[in-house]
Amino acid sequence: MPATLDTLTAKFPGAFTTSAFRGDQRVSIAAEKAPAVLFDLLKCLKEECGFDFLADVAGIDYLNYPNATDRYGVVYALTNLATGERLFVKAFANDPDPSLPSAVPLWAGADWMEREVYDLFGVVFEGHPDLRRILMPAEFTAHPLRKDYPLRGLGERHNFPTITRAES
Amino acid sequence: MPVEMLPQVDEAGADREFLYTLNFGPQHPATHTTLRLILTLDGETIVKAVPDIGYLHSGFEKLGEDLDFNQYVTIVDRMNYISPFCNEVSWHHAVEKLLGIEVTPRCKYIRTILAELARINDHLLCVGAAALDLGALTAFLYAFNEKEKIYNVFEAASGQRFHPSYSRVGGLMNDITDAVVDQIRDFVRTFPKALADLTRLLNRNRIFLDRTRGIGVLSKADAVNTSCSGPVARASGVARDLRKDEPYLAYPDLQSAFKVVCSTAGDCYARYLVRMEEMAEAVKIIHAAVENIPAGPVNVALNDKLTIPDKMATYRSIEGLIQHFELFMWNRQWSPPVDEVYGATEAANGELGFYVVSDGGPRAFRARTRPPSFIHFAVFPRMIEGHQISDVPAVLGSLNIIAAELDR
Repeated sequence: MPATLDTLTAKFPGAFTTSAFRGDQRVSIAAEKAPAVLFDLLKCLKEECGFDFLADVAGIDYLNYPNATDRYGVVYALTNLATGERLFVKAFANDPDPSLPSAVPLWAGADWMEREVYDLFGVVFEGHPDLRRILMPAEFTAHPLRKDYPLRGLGERHNFPTITRAES
Repeated sequence: MPVEMLPQVDEAGADREFLYTLNFGPQHPATHTTLRLILTLDGETIVKAVPDIGYLHSGFEKLGEDLDFNQYVTIVDRMNYISPFCNEVSWHHAVEKLLGIEVTPRCKYIRTILAELARINDHLLCVGAAALDLGALTAFLYAFNEKEKIYNVFEAASGQRFHPSYSRVGGLMNDITDAVVDQIRDFVRTFPKALADLTRLLNRNRIFLDRTRGIGVLSKADAVNTSCSGPVARASGVARDLRKDEPYLAYPDLQSAFKVVCSTAGDCYARYLVRMEEMAEAVKIIHAAVENIPAGPVNVALNDKLTIPDKMATYRSIEGLIQHFELFMWNRQWSPPVDEVYGATEAANGELGFYVVSDGGPRAFRARTRPPSFIHFAVFPRMIEGHQISDVPAVLGSLNIIAAELDR
């Protein structure tokens, strides 16, 4: 793992910060640098450091989180299948247009996972081939896993159009 | 969602007017639960398949931010409801990693045994239902016979057959009794015969072979690139199993008891065979573990103030009563570090992980699930394109898509 971090530091000096907790090594990229750095960093990890398996893409809304500076975090959980190491790359994005480069050109598996983050958090992935809502209906307008979206919703279900049998 | 809102036949669609669109689901017997495929067909050959999911989306992850670490167990139970205990183990694995709890040896063994039983349950349903969709009703009935016995074990251990909600932070709801151990021993003794029956019904069944071999092939490179895990990846030759690679619970002690099952064919038949062999391996794990359950408490010590005391301690001692209240008052409970962890375990369908973010409160600030069904269903279009419409149930059955976990 130190070798990986050394490689990253040499190639992307000052672009990220590292942290570790309970054995999870994290690499965080701040919102102002993420659009330029994230894709190249993931590509470097995949092609030079052997992190060939994208286990997960997790979206997080850090609204009102203690000591948070940026609002949206997207965590790419990478695994090196040869050594079993894990590395978590966290990129941040901010309102009003949260946007990050898509990892689909690197991993086809990122397709649906990034669609889910887009659907539930509203983070747009530039270069994604098919960025549509996946869990919520297409006509839904909010992003329900954002912290400012209430647990019980905004009454969307009460305003669903009623379709009669004759119209269907 | 109206059909016209989804991408239809794109390039060269004009001179391929003979293509037609067929809705497969959301209510179709072969989809088992609620998922929908929009198939573009040339005769009976599938040119393009577009999955449309979300029919069962019920905001589990939003609920995870509102319920505390123990309450959310009832929700993770309902993700993959065929092997709920695997989900509970995974959720509390992540939470205990966050809180820094090392559970007791007895708890580790009991969780391991029950998780392996849940894995057998899941594989039995997958194999049985896959055979049922291909017309082999007998295998389905044989599989369900054994599932009943597993449900009996869960009922005896936790009082609930289907959604046990048996795991707790730092331990289990209650210890198991000797009667449960006897039931598990009994299952270990009788299950190999049932598995052999199932094997004889299907492994060389001409119709089953013809409908599964060479269908839905997933290459090893594709399996890695599309993030597949579990039996789906192992059937394509990815030798990764978190029970071996990142041993948790009692698996470090049980490494010699089981092997990782792999195949290289990557088709539906290979996925079926991997699941069958994994059941045999799971029985070996249970056999090795059930004879070696350590004595001692099942929960971490009362003084750690992390686990719910048993009713005896609650009603008969002031410390127990105080701790009970501390863990149920919404403004007391746990105080985890302000940080985040990813905890993953090998569930029946693959790597089931939880990314838990904590803001120091007793509820997760964010409880992200890595759902294996979701990731495997994303691969479905590339598996099915070029095959016949009658192969859809075969491929769906071999992937074991659980829509509740898919949509959460």
